[in-house]
Amino acid sequence: MDFILKVWRQNGPDAPGRLVTYEATNIPPEASFLEMLDIVNAGLEARGEDPIAFEHDCREGICGSCGMMINGRPHGPGRGITTCQLYMRQFKDGQTIVVEPWRAKAFPVIKDLVVDRSAFDRIIAAGGYISINTGSAPEANSILVPKEDADLAMDAAACIGCGACVAACKNASAMLFVAAKVAHLALLPQGKPERRRRVLAMVAAMDAEGFGNCTNEGECEAECPKNISIAHIARLNREYLRAKFFSR
Amino acid sequence: MDTTLDAKVPSGPLERKWSDYKSTIKLVAPANKRKYTLIVVGTGLAGASAAASLGELGYNVLSFCFQDSPRRAHSIAAQGGINAAKNYQNDGDSVWRLFYDTIKGGDYRSREANVYRLAELSVNIIDQCVAQGVPFAREYSGVLANRSFGGAQVSRTFYARGQTGQQLLLGAYGALMRQVAAGRVRLFPRREMLELVVVDGVARGIVVRNLVDGKLESYVADAVCLATGGYSNVYFLSTNAKGCNVTAIWRAHRKGAFFANPCFTQIHPTCIPVSGDYQSKLTLMSESLRNDGRVWVPKQAGDRRHPNQIPEAERDYFLERKYPAYGNLVPRDVASRSIKAVCDEGRGVGPGGRGVYLDFADAIKRDGRAVIEQKYGNLFDMYYEITGENAYEVPMRIYPAPHYTMGGLWVDYNLMSNLPGLFVLGEANFSDHGANRLGASALMQGLADGYFILPVTIGGYLADARLPKLDTDHAAFKDAEREAAARIEKLLAVRGKRTVDSFHRELGLLLWDKCGMSRNETGLKELLEQIPALREEFWRDVTVTGSAGTFNQVLERAGRVADFLEFAELMVIDALERRESCGAHFREEYQTEDGEALRNDDLYAYVAAWEFTGVGNRPILHKEPLIFEYVKPTQRSYK
Ligand SMILES: Cc1cc2nc3c(=O)[nH]c(=O)nc-3n(C[C@H](O)[C@H](O)[C@H](O)COP(=O)(O)OP(=O)(O)OC[C@H]3O[C@@H](n4cnc5c(N)ncnc54)[C@H](O)[C@@H]3O)c2cc1C
Ligand code: FES
Repeated sequence: MDFILKVWRQNGPDAPGRLVTYEATNIPPEASFLEMLDIVNAGLEARGEDPIAFEHDCREGICGSCGMMINGRPHGPGRGITTCQLYMRQFKDGQTIVVEPWRAKAFPVIKDLVVDRSAFDRIIAAGGYISINTGSAPEANSILVPKEDADLAMDAAACIGCGACVAACKNASAMLFVAAKVAHLALLPQGKPERRRRVLAMVAAMDAEGFGNCTNEGECEAECPKNISIAHIARLNREYLRAKFFSR
Repeated sequence: MDTTLDAKVPSGPLERKWSDYKSTIKLVAPANKRKYTLIVVGTGLAGASAAASLGELGYNVLSFCFQDSPRRAHSIAAQGGINAAKNYQNDGDSVWRLFYDTIKGGDYRSREANVYRLAELSVNIIDQCVAQGVPFAREYSGVLANRSFGGAQVSRTFYARGQTGQQLLLGAYGALMRQVAAGRVRLFPRREMLELVVVDGVARGIVVRNLVDGKLESYVADAVCLATGGYSNVYFLSTNAKGCNVTAIWRAHRKGAFFANPCFTQIHPTCIPVSGDYQSKLTLMSESLRNDGRVWVPKQAGDRRHPNQIPEAERDYFLERKYPAYGNLVPRDVASRSIKAVCDEGRGVGPGGRGVYLDFADAIKRDGRAVIEQKYGNLFDMYYEITGENAYEVPMRIYPAPHYTMGGLWVDYNLMSNLPGLFVLGEANFSDHGANRLGASALMQGLADGYFILPVTIGGYLADARLPKLDTDHAAFKDAEREAAARIEKLLAVRGKRTVDSFHRELGLLLWDKCGMSRNETGLKELLEQIPALREEFWRDVTVTGSAGTFNQVLERAGRVADFLEFAELMVIDALERRESCGAHFREEYQTEDGEALRNDDLYAYVAAWEFTGVGNRPILHKEPLIFEYVKPTQRSYK
């Protein structure tokens, strides 16, 4: 298959960026989107040109490294998949494909399609965990967790921290990311003792990083590669109100 | 006996070794801990759990990884589960049985004391992870659920859907970030370790490249811990994440750390077969699928009928036939070789005849589709996305692929290498899996090393060590920086025509053919000609675009491939030297009549620990004899 690519090239955070056109020719339909970029890059490298920088590692949809806007959508067409799980057979032969980095104030561009998502780490550092030191845990089966709660917690915990939710949102809000972690831990008995402190700290950290407000647009859920439900945002809001109420 | 290698295994009965040792080991006083700076390279299960636990103890920890966030370490991709001898199923499991299964699974090429400790700690790991909020699968009663994995006849594997590694890593990452918030751990993401710094024979620091601005940075510490994962990517195509590399441990090896059993590489039986030469990696289908899936090929070579059209009587369920006691759940090495054997007979299916069926029809008939979907839904989805085939209706096609490396830097019972002050944990060390690792045991080992072993043993080292104050102006740091910079300049100066990946692919194919699932003397000797020749061509004709002082992914890859090209030779030398078959190391010359691995305990019951003597020079072999006091090595049988 052949494609016309228009790829965002930008040399550094402060450098100007622009869309550059490349031809991707002879691409097997079974190739993944990243493998297609590998082929284009191999051509650039062989000619001594600077290949397109993009982030990737596991290439199976779990590490959250990859992520780019493909024809205006985070991770491209298709639901519930990451960019590395997108296959070229999904596109039409000859199609033009526009590839851009995540766009958000809190995610500055490092180079081309690579952005800095360390804001997410800082939000987790603010309280996205249960404070238990190694060695002080009770016997595992002394904590019973109803299967329904465990399953719901797992649904939320499946977040890979890729940032698609932020990229999808017109406000560049990180609510779904934060909600997923808050919900995962609040649903489990182990997470309950710290629930108030956690939600207040994480929301404060999110605001401090310059993410936008949530105005219930729902694009985050639609574009989340792990199908994390927006219902967790409602859960976050309840947790937050409760915490505010009790903290006075 | 080789006097340079002392495994420092404590005396006393097996069951008491660790607890007695722990209660007598020297300690660092709480108030003194903050005076020590410790480097931990790697934020996978081993590195993140270690850095978090060391931070909790009060040490000053510097944590490094090459990804943009510690949470993205390759451990995140582990699917199937983690073993623990909890015996929640009341099916006769015990610490002893897990110990025994692991020793036997490793084909009697691991250290008894280490493996016993691992089995012992397995139960604490589950407690710890549950307390952290890891959402393990549960029964309706609210208790933890289990599944079975290969090489065991009990059900002792804990899991979180098909994302166990992700959930365990997020637990460890949470603990790590808590220490970051507490100011005990400082994070250095997007850094690649390029050199180990050794001062007066003691590991005292590292040189890393900042992957954003390309600058070299030096860090000094009182001890260096490497948790940098495995080297399966030496084969180019493997189930590992693209960034997995041998660089950190190879650089340490070049500075004097012995490399143990490099030829012990595990080829996982259930991966999606290769479909073309554009392919950048292979995808694992979790071993847990072998709980319910049945492996078969047509009885007749060249039978090209649609699988659903082949009647029962004309199918060969070869694992069940050859190994009735374990059936589809034989260990990985045994399964992989059997699959290769039927494909070599011309009975393989799919493109190029390199595949076998993994069939769920019977399980679906028995349990209903909903149950199978609940257990493996995400794996079936993944299979569909990649192949476009619906495995609820047609059997999956699978073929073995490089997956895990049992070899790694040599460590003693304290997880310290022969270089004082250098500790190695997780997949990066060689310690617990012998010649073959059982499923769901890598996660267990990484977390045992990081949460429970290293935090104790490193204290013992520090309490006794005399470590002069140093800073990065020391000549050893300047030398290491110069070396790293010179190598980068050299890579950029070649300005040849071939891409980095083309060399990597070629190296991978060579090794896959001749040092993969089976090996023989002729092939290995050919490799000892071909690898140096390829390396020479690399340094003559590789093209590395861009410059040193920028974000440069080609340069990153080039450095890793350059190290793989040196390391591969050691792997082959080790495979050649070991004139026996054991576990995943199958030398065609040494097999039983029915094609099973034939060990030679009289000559090869040792750990091969290699000392570096220069690129292209013959390394020196040090042997650590393996002494079995508690289990008697026998011919492994899964029949
Ligand atoms: C697809 C797949 C599925 C698996 N499923 C299971 C399973 O179900 N059960 C099981 O027990 N095991 C499983 N395994 C094996 C297991 O996941 C790994 O062995 C284990 O996670 C390794 O953990 P680690 O902490 O040693 O290293 P890793 O998780 O590989 O982490 C390595 C770390 O080191 C860093 N690093 C590496 N090199 C450098 C460098 N040069 N400079 C700086 N930093 C560096 C990386 O950034 C990373 O943080 C699976 C493996 C694969 C590939
Ligand atoms: S590369 Fe890991 S999610 Fe895409």
